[in-house]
This record gives sequence, C-alpha cells and structure tokens, in this order.
Amino acid sequence: MFGVPEGLSTIFIMSLMLAVRIFTLKSNPLFKTLPSYLRYVLLTGYFLFSLIIIQSFGSVSYADDATPTPELNGADTAWMMVSTALVMLMTMPGLALFYGGLVKKSSALNTMLMSVGAYALISVTWFIFGYSLAFGNDVGGIIGQFVSPFFYNIVETNSLTGTIPTSVFAAFQMTFAAITVALISGSVIERMKFSSWMLFALIWSTVVYLPIAHWVWGGGWLMKLGALDFAGGTVVHINAGLAGLALALLLGKRKDTRLMPHQLGISIIGAGLLWFGWFGFNAGSALTSGQLAGAAFINTNTATAMALLTWMALDFIKDHRATALGAISGAVAGLVAITPAAGFVNIGGALAIGVGASVLSFLAVSYLKPFFKYDDSLDVFGVHGISGIWGALATGIFACPWINSAGRGLIFGNPSQVGIQVLAILATGGYCFVMTLIIGKLIDVTIGLRVKPEDEIKGLDASLHEESAYGL
Amino acid sequence: MFKYIIAIIRPYKLDEIKEALMEAGFVKGMSVSEIRGFGRQRGHKERYRGSEYVVDFVEKIKLEIAVEDEHSDRVIEIIREAAKTGDVGDGKIFVLPMENAIRIRTAEEGKEAL
Repeated sequence: MFGVPEGLSTIFIMSLMLAVRIFTLKSNPLFKTLPSYLRYVLLTGYFLFSLIIIQSFGSVSYADDATPTPELNGADTAWMMVSTALVMLMTMPGLALFYGGLVKKSSALNTMLMSVGAYALISVTWFIFGYSLAFGNDVGGIIGQFVSPFFYNIVETNSLTGTIPTSVFAAFQMTFAAITVALISGSVIERMKFSSWMLFALIWSTVVYLPIAHWVWGGGWLMKLGALDFAGGTVVHINAGLAGLALALLLGKRKDTRLMPHQLGISIIGAGLLWFGWFGFNAGSALTSGQLAGAAFINTNTATAMALLTWMALDFIKDHRATALGAISGAVAGLVAITPAAGFVNIGGALAIGVGASVLSFLAVSYLKPFFKYDDSLDVFGVHGISGIWGALATGIFACPWINSAGRGLIFGNPSQVGIQVLAILATGGYCFVMTLIIGKLIDVTIGLRVKPEDEIKGLDASLHEESAYGL
Repeated sequence: MFKYIIAIIRPYKLDEIKEALMEAGFVKGMSVSEIRGFGRQRGHKERYRGSEYVVDFVEKIKLEIAVEDEHSDRVIEIIREAAKTGDVGDGKIFVLPMENAIRIRTAEEGKEAL
C-alpha cells in the first residue's frame, strides 16, 4: 500500500529490544528514581508507539472477502456448532476449574457451583426470553422485540442468520450470556449466599446483559454508531468486570481477604481450557469458517501468548521471579483484551494488545486494588474489566480495514473510532455498574446477599452445600 | 527402661532415615505422621499476584520410635546423620523417658512389647 521503508521497522524492533533490556536491569540508573508502575507505563508506551510506527508504514493491501452467500452453508454451520461447544467448555470446566483452584479449600465447590449454576440457568432463560430480547427486531435502539417466547417459530421455520441456522447462532450467543454471568462470580466468592447468587444471575442477565448485547450486537444504538466489539470486549468483559466490582463493593470485604490458591494446578488446567475454548469464542464470532475466522484464531493465540510472557516479565521485573499464577493471569488478560479486536486487527495489533493487557491488569491488581481497598476476590475487575476496557480501546486504535472492512482504527486514519469506542465503554460500564448496584441492593434488603459470619469462617462448601471438595 | 524418640525431619529424608535405622537393627517399629510447623527460621514466603504472604507452617514429617535405653544414643546418632543437610530446617530430635510399652494383642509388656 505505502512505500515500505524496510529499515525503519528493523530500527524500531532493535530499539525495542534495547529498551526492554534497559528496563529489566536490576539497578537501572536511568529509572531508579521513578516509581515502579511508571516504569511499566513508560515501557509499554514505548512498545505501543513503536508498533504503531511499524504498522503504519508496513501495511500491505489485502483483497476484500467475498460477499457471503445468503444460503445455508454446511461448513459454516459445522464450525459454529463446534465453536458453541468450545465456548460451553470455557464456563463449566474452564472457568469453574480456574476459579476453583484459586480459592481456599473450604469454598472450592461453592465457587465451582456458581459457574455451573449460572451456565444452566442462562441455558434455560436464553431460549425462554433472552434471545428475543437481545437479538429480536430493534425497539428504539434499546432492546429487542419480544416476539418469540420459548424460541417459538425460529427453529420451526428453518430460519437463517447469515449462512447458519438461527438455532445455531442463538445457541452460540447463549454460551456468551452464560459465561458473562459466571465470570462475575469471581468477585464475590467466599462470602455470597448461593441462593442470592442464583437470583442475581437471573435478574442481572435479564436487566443488564440482554440490553447491552442488543446495543452492541443486536442492532441497538451502539451498533448503529459503529462501535466495534468482535467477540465481547464490552458485552462480556467490561460488563462482567464492572458488575463484579459493584457487587464486591456491596458485599464488603471477606474476613480473610488473602488470595491463597489451594490448588494452582487445577487453575492452570482451567486457564488452558479457557484458552482452548476461546478459539470458539473469538474465531466463532466470525460466524463463518473463512478468512476472518482464521485471522481471529491467530490473533487470539498470539495476543494471549504475548500477554502471558509480558506478565511473567513484569513479575520478574518486580520480584525477580516468574510465577504460575502470574502466567495464567496474563493469559486470561490477553484473551480478554483480544476479544473485541480479534476479527479487526493484524498480528502487530494483537501483540500490542497482549502487552497492554498484562501491563494494565498487572497494575490494577498490584496497585489499584490495594489503593482503593475493595475486595474483588479473584480480580474480575482487575483482569476482565481493565483488560476489556483496554481491548475495546485498542480495537479503535488498531482496527485494520484489510483484515475486516467493517473496522478502521486510529492508525489507519480513522481517529473518530476511538471516540466511539470510549462512548461504548462508558455507556456499557456506567449502565452495568449502576444497575448492578441497584439489583444487588434490592437482593440485599430482601433475601440478603451475604452469608452468616460463622458460615464464612467454616467455609461455604460445608455451610451452604453440606459437601466438601476434599475428603480425608 | 526405654526412651521415646520424636524426630521432626524433612519429608524427603524419611526413606533415607528409615533405611539407616533398619540397617542398624535396633528398631523394630516406627510411626510416621505428616505435620506442619516452624522453628527458629520461621516459614517461607509465597507470592500471589504481587501480594506476599508468609507461610509460617512448613511441611515436616514426625517420626516416633520407642527403643531400649542402651540403644537410644546410637539411634539418635543415626537419625541425626541421615537427616542432616546442613541447611536451616533440618529439624529436631526430642528424647523422652518412657515408662512402659504394652502390646495390645498379647498383653506383653516392656522389652517384649517393642
């Protein structure tokens, strides 16, 4: 496209390596005086700046994808059913194991059951009323028209969405709604009543998730404005992150706020299953099995791997050792941040997103949380909220029109996209935060949010479920 | 008379100590339990997402052996040699006087019961 000054990219890559070396020196005379978080910010800033420069000079032109055929496509349908199953895997073994391993032994089952319960609940409500409200014909940009209670007339009429059956599209979307709710549980574990959790899941998914999914994906006002969210940066992660924060604030601190994982091994398995399932989450969001799915697939893996490496490097800079929890936290932050951008950016963008995700989430959990003293048990806000916000913003910066003609970001000459992304972040985050506070408060004054102090001390497995994860 | 010897040791040293004791031939039985505790050096640090926690209680093995008085010094020496690495945290040996021992199945007492 442009005349590519090849030397320029090389110079920037070399200077980047030099910068990383300087920043990782133990006694760095240049930056010794700066607070440590400023050093991370400076290094990331420099990295992102370099990538922007390399990207804007090194772009090549790609042919547009062929226009999709309106008929049912077997390959697309097969891929979407596989993707749906992959996203299901993210919640029930993936998230359940990831969260389950991070908590104390005495609440491991309760933590897992929160994910499992949320998955089943949304699986049912989605086909009773959820799908219609999120993806039905637009009503004033706010909500979908409720015309198909019990999914009536959608399967029966062989209705299509793009090139796949609407039933498959709806099932795929159902798995998103389910994991979003399940994600929130990480903020409130070890102290929320299980009955209140299930009631919260029902009300929250209806009052918060469905409208936001409609705004961004179902033809609502943010979609009309041109907000870009490929696979759920705003709908899933900012939404879950802010809801988690609001609920954690309402519930208050646990008696023991330490994050002491009782079995990090199963958290690593869980994180691995999340990563695996995320290929369905992101590449499936192409809704076809073509070029775009391929791009989303490699972006997902690349950004995640980069984020994992970045978090390990940050651990190393701060404490001179890498940690397993740091590595998987980085992976999840990377997965979250690439989600809105997966089908819009190229590999350069994916790398930048991966780096930014870990740096910002690392700062959030290491500095922001202790500073504001909220008890977000498993850092849902710090990881999903913050990386979700970064991903949504980065989509506005790095969206490359040759990957997906629907998105053109700041560095490809469309600064207004950043503004639209900021608006989407503020609208989603703001609505979600306020509504979650209201729903949480209502539950608190009716059936109560928090378990009895003695139940908390005993652990929720024994006190709420009369079970324990580990026998003698 | 008898001595009741309690040794707190590093878990991975257990087999080595057991082998050495069996080889010497004075010891006819022993009890082992997994315990946690700390000595003068206290526990160790663990770090999760940037927060540092001190784990006071370190995993150890408690070895309990009853021996005749005349063998106790030798047994203590064997344990001490096999359990030693030279680093802090090698453990401790406590020696208690023991009044009697009774085998439940046969009601034998003292030396016969060991």
